[in-house]
Amino acid sequence: MRALVVDDSRAMRMMIGRLLQQAGFEILQAGDGQEALDVLGGLEPHELPTLCTVDWNMPVMDGLTFVQSTRQRPEWRNLTLMMVTTESEGHQVVRALAAGAHEYLIKPFTAEAMADKLDILGLDPSRSAA
Amino acid sequence: MTLSAEAFRFVADLVRRESAIVLEQGKEYLVDSRLRSLAQAAGDADVNAYVDRLRRPEGARETAKVVEAMTTNETSWFRDREPFQALSGTIFQELMQRPNHSRTIRIWSAACSSGQEAYTIAMLAAEHVVPLGWRVEIVATDLAQSMVDRTREGRYSQLEVGRGMPAPMLVKYFQREGTGWRVNDQLRSMVRVQTLNLAAPYPPMPVFDVVFLRNVLIYFDAATKKQVLGRVRQVLDPQGYLFLGGAETTLGLDDSWDRTMIGRFTVNRPKGAGAAAPATGTAPLAGLAGLGARRAI
Ligand SMILES: C[S@@+](CC[C@H](N)C(=O)[O-])C[C@H]1O[C@@H](n2cnc3c(N)ncnc32)[C@H](O)[C@@H]1O
Ligand SMILES: [Mg+2]
Repeated sequence: MRALVVDDSRAMRMMIGRLLQQAGFEILQAGDGQEALDVLGGLEPHELPTLCTVDWNMPVMDGLTFVQSTRQRPEWRNLTLMMVTTESEGHQVVRALAAGAHEYLIKPFTAEAMADKLDILGLDPSRSAA
Repeated sequence: MTLSAEAFRFVADLVRRESAIVLEQGKEYLVDSRLRSLAQAAGDADVNAYVDRLRRPEGARETAKVVEAMTTNETSWFRDREPFQALSGTIFQELMQRPNHSRTIRIWSAACSSGQEAYTIAMLAAEHVVPLGWRVEIVATDLAQSMVDRTREGRYSQLEVGRGMPAPMLVKYFQREGTGWRVNDQLRSMVRVQTLNLAAPYPPMPVFDVVFLRNVLIYFDAATKKQVLGRVRQVLDPQGYLFLGGAETTLGLDDSWDRTMIGRFTVNRPKGAGAAAPATGTAPLAGLAGLGARRAI
């Protein structure tokens, strides 16, 4: 399984990437929404990631716009999108889900919180193996 | 470790008498660390001095606080997932197929801690039962007054909602309040909250279709477990369902129960209740269906 980590902070990409790697994902990275669209656009269907973690505040294209853009592409409908952001207002969570995000994780977060979200999404390899 | 053996024995006896919670030898550190803030609040130098206070007549005022301090209130939303999948994917449907004039399902969350279990049930009821014109009444009880108060309030920190709550459920059933979240009125109106000691005779209670008795028997000795299972059976419908925690069983304690698998979860039913409706297998947690979330595998 692959995951695309979209965040403008390199440190954050490393951190999320490491957690997801431990959970059994192969990691792709992008530094903003436009770069993420480019990465996805360059992949064959069988190479597409299962999961995208998406920062909200990024230059060039923000995470919300990225989520909206992917939802308009039928060939990417199986992507599971998780916002991972410092935006913590209730109405922001509502906006992101309305735009098509499946989960929402507020920064800063713990490794357990990330594991919990993967579990909720049915992306925890230790569980899906059973 | 400063707690004297004598002081430990005194606290262990008190806690057992009041709550049936067993504090075995070796749990001295636990008593010491959990009673430290109570000792401080009472102005005592250490826990030994505080236990001396407990022995005096005035100590009676502290009893409830000591017992509460020794309870473990660890909990989360959709804890272990499978039980809630069994409830929403199979048991609700089975209960709604029965003749039931009041079209009401009654559920007891029998050691509710801060209320996550009761409100998880309420969310699933709001998704799967209420839209079909049925009502769900949830009774949530706990020994600890502070837990009962917290359940009634329904306020949770960001950290607490982070433990097991799918984001679509959060935005649907909670409101942002300060830096935390509060359960909405719809869910709160489904849950009645009261204090109740599982190890003492129960007040008058309705007959329940489902009892959640999860992660509490583990704190009791075998005789108390038996007694609690017996009392719970008195308030459970003969065709009802008993949910225990992952480390708990009726096996070897009380043979008036049958165990049935629903998906990957084992549910207990009074003997003779018959097999549960067919399991829904690997269906997604039904509460999440239609909310945007899904199992991606
Ligand atoms: C670990 S929590 C379980 C919460 C929830 N049922 C769950 O599974 O997540 C255990 C709860 O049992 C309560 N408890 C302990 N002894 C009790 C007793 N004798 N009667 C009622 N509740 C008790 C504690 O106060 C605590 O909130
Ligand atoms: Mg950013």
